[in-house]
Amino acid sequence: MVTINIDGKNYQVEPKNNLLQTVLSLGLDLPYFCWHPAMGSVGSCRQCAVKKYADENDQKGRIVMACMEPVVDGMRISLNDPEVKKFRENIIELLMTNHPHDCPVCDEGGECHLQDMTLMSGHNYRRFEFNKRTHNNQYLGPFINHEMNRCIACYRCVRFYREYAGGRDFNVFASRNRVFFGRYEDGVLESEFSGNLVEICPTGVFTDKTYKKHYTRKWDLTTAPSICHNCSLGCNIIAGERYGAIRRIASRYNGKVNGYFICDRGRFGYEYVNSDQRIKEPLRRGQASGQLEPVDVSTAFEFVKNIVSKKGKILGIGSPKASVESNFALQKFVGKENFFAGVSGPEHRLTLKAMDIMQNGPSNVPSLKETEKADVVLVLGEDVTNTAPMLALSLRQASRVKPMELPIKMNIPTWHELAAMELIQDERGPFFVLTPSETKLDDVATATYRNAPDNIARMGFAIAHEIDHNAPAVEDLTEEEKKLAKQIADELVAAKKPLIVSGTSLLNEKILEAAANIGRAIDKKEKIANLFFVLPEANSFGLAMLEDKALDQALQAAENNKYDAVVILENDLYRRLPASEADRLLNSAGKVVALHYLQNQTTEKADLVIPVGPFTESDGTLINNEGRAQRFFQVFYPQETIKESWRWLAGFMEDNGLVGEDELVNLDDLINAVVSDYPAISAIKEAAPGSQFRINGQKIPRASHRFSGRTSINAMCRSANQNHRKMQILPCPLPWKATMDRCRRPPCRVSGTLAGIRYRLLISFKLKLAADCMAVIPAYVCLNRAWKMNLIILKKCRPCSKHKKTTGWPFRSICFTAATNSAVLRPALKN
Amino acid sequence: MFSILRSIWLTFLHTFHKRFTVQYPEKKPQLPARYRGRIVLTRDPDGQERCVACNLCAAACPTDCISLQAAEDESGRRYPEFFRINFSRCIFCGYCEDACPTYAIQLTPDFELAEYDRQNLVYEKEHLLIDGPGKYHDYSFYKVAGYAIGGKGKGEAEHEDPPIDIHDLKP
Repeated sequence: MVTINIDGKNYQVEPKNNLLQTVLSLGLDLPYFCWHPAMGSVGSCRQCAVKKYADENDQKGRIVMACMEPVVDGMRISLNDPEVKKFRENIIELLMTNHPHDCPVCDEGGECHLQDMTLMSGHNYRRFEFNKRTHNNQYLGPFINHEMNRCIACYRCVRFYREYAGGRDFNVFASRNRVFFGRYEDGVLESEFSGNLVEICPTGVFTDKTYKKHYTRKWDLTTAPSICHNCSLGCNIIAGERYGAIRRIASRYNGKVNGYFICDRGRFGYEYVNSDQRIKEPLRRGQASGQLEPVDVSTAFEFVKNIVSKKGKILGIGSPKASVESNFALQKFVGKENFFAGVSGPEHRLTLKAMDIMQNGPSNVPSLKETEKADVVLVLGEDVTNTAPMLALSLRQASRVKPMELPIKMNIPTWHELAAMELIQDERGPFFVLTPSETKLDDVATATYRNAPDNIARMGFAIAHEIDHNAPAVEDLTEEEKKLAKQIADELVAAKKPLIVSGTSLLNEKILEAAANIGRAIDKKEKIANLFFVLPEANSFGLAMLEDKALDQALQAAENNKYDAVVILENDLYRRLPASEADRLLNSAGKVVALHYLQNQTTEKADLVIPVGPFTESDGTLINNEGRAQRFFQVFYPQETIKESWRWLAGFMEDNGLVGEDELVNLDDLINAVVSDYPAISAIKEAAPGSQFRINGQKIPRASHRFSGRTSINAMCRSANQNHRKMQILPCPLPWKATMDRCRRPPCRVSGTLAGIRYRLLISFKLKLAADCMAVIPAYVCLNRAWKMNLIILKKCRPCSKHKKTTGWPFRSICFTAATNSAVLRPALKN
Repeated sequence: MFSILRSIWLTFLHTFHKRFTVQYPEKKPQLPARYRGRIVLTRDPDGQERCVACNLCAAACPTDCISLQAAEDESGRRYPEFFRINFSRCIFCGYCEDACPTYAIQLTPDFELAEYDRQNLVYEKEHLLIDGPGKYHDYSFYKVAGYAIGGKGKGEAEHEDPPIDIHDLKP
């Protein structure tokens, strides 16, 4: 701890960050553009100027850039000195000389960093009388829109795309005010992380094209914290809705999992929720027509009652994409002995194996964010860019850990990106990729090894043997292989934080065993290895915790026992089994009841199809690959017949007297039931607060304070053709409510950074303030992400000291989510 | 006694005064051009819709009676897919006009909005859109914005240089 003096007031701070981050973390306002907490400082925008004084007698001081300034004891600075304020205003004025007059048609408007900073610095009248420079735009693919005129040349995009995410097809061209950020030629951006440009860019140069198709201002979105369902990592996302359709997905800061970013699959892979192929009402196969026909809910209940009342045996098939609660509800409905995980046998056994190694095996299981800190990385048979993209991004950062020791040794702080990168150049730490085919991580690899999965496993055993000679040896290795195994073993032993990444994608059990053996061998060297396993799907872990029987056993059971019906939960058997086996299973199990949100081959074969909500229309818990339980919440309330899977199943149970009336009514009841049946995953209860949670006695509104159109959305004109869906506001059993109604003041207040500024603007209700544009979308309206989304899960209203320090990025300035939105199961499992 | 006679006299004198009562609706009042009455959506001098669906009017509206959805046509012009004002909630404060960056939404001196059926006070775009530019005759947003639409490319707006050739090596 050191003491610094800001405008005559003393503050106690940690000296590890730069001055800008320190100032922002203290809750003081200072505008900036190019600095980003994940990418460090380069000092290119000149916006975060402060005045620095030599000592208390120094009255004059000098202007320095806060982002390039280390924090030292006894430092005296001023943020509000008139000269430095004028300097910042002039910088904005210069940045604005070429900014086009297009805020009303800009998708960034309302969540624009440039708008906020312009308002904040006070520049409001254009004095520059000359022409604006213009740029032609590029086609950057179906996801990213390019509008180069809006650029202020902060260089964040190119730093993220090239240096952070390792993309090669994007760069900066030309010089002075003509600089251009884009591709060499028109074309689709190749990086898997290109969507982050939308959030990285402080203005509207890069915007989300999928969002543009059904654009809504940010303040009009009704949002909920959610979890990405596209891979096993469980990145935290925010889903936004308006007029009954999902509008966009944005990343949600979680300091333990995804940090500030998400991959393109997570960001852009949501449109199926709005698809025409959605199943919107129960469908029953008509006896006469043989086709699926829409029926009402009571008919669906009757159909199920007919089966249950005849003492029919029902086979249940779960899903690794459905929540723990839904899977549990099905298991409870059909009985434990009749419930099977909806995953192919080999895949499920591999998942169980990986979980067994995590629980009972050697080594530590790091969180996704911790993998960034590993100094030696061994990827054993997993193409992580495809199976868990955000892990690839983390590993890329890990490859810089060892070279970063050099700047640290030379007293260059790690946040000083410009100097550190200059020193280490393209240096990468020890990084080994052992996969059957080329991967996108090969460019950072020290050595790669291409061979069949079994041979990769053999290499793994050989490495373990090299580290610890008691581990079983491998025969018949070529000289080169021996040399590589020795090299990898030496690096792993020398490492401070060795990391072994493996996974289930090659369906090879030996690879997992080899990874475990390496971990065990390293542990014997009195080090702690980190073992990170990638699992097949979003809730593979959770499903495997509930059930160890898979589809091959289900097929046997169906053929041996007489089943009257099979209930398939959010799953397509034709993607899990060969078509012939799936046919056999469906044919031998009697009536087929499928719960799904989209039409697929399985629903086509079904006798009854139940419409359920995908992740945006249901609540539940997912357990990610490291055993972290995370809750996702309903973003909007769909048409009446679409319900969460667990709600349908609980309804079936209640209808047939399998549970008491009002026993399983809401998510809390179901979670309690899961916890009482499976104490090993009792941590899912801790993943998020229950429905009784209130802040200052209020439920937490999911719409922003400035949500518009409340009194006209549902007011329908007689003559007009109404083809869009109505907004529905239903009583919600969760700790949220959909609107801001009767919410006189925000339930809690963000401390620090821009959130504060935005809040004040909200009150002052200032229109037409910002520079250049005749009327700029005023910044008073955009609070969702900064203020609401991250705070909704917090247990206390004040940020704890631990988190205060790590904040700074205004859009998600608080990382409460990390502390309370997830609960790691592993300690519980170990007991 | 005297005061009664005086009152009668004064009342009698009023028969010869100018009348304040207007015989509405037979006679319409003369309202200033900037009177805040029924809201309209105007067109730019080229006859195109001025509204770019920026949502500012809806955000500024204190009674939240405006709702709309943005869309974009093939040429890149933004327009509201639907635009709805619920006049049974509108308080004619004029904030929407104040907020509008394109002069699209304007208040007119028409105040005759009485209806027997409340539902008929909900106006859709086809009821709101008029054929002229309203109070502001010359303004066309896309002519000043650095945003390309069909028929107006980059660098063709007011105060703009032609687009930069990034392959040019000149400093």
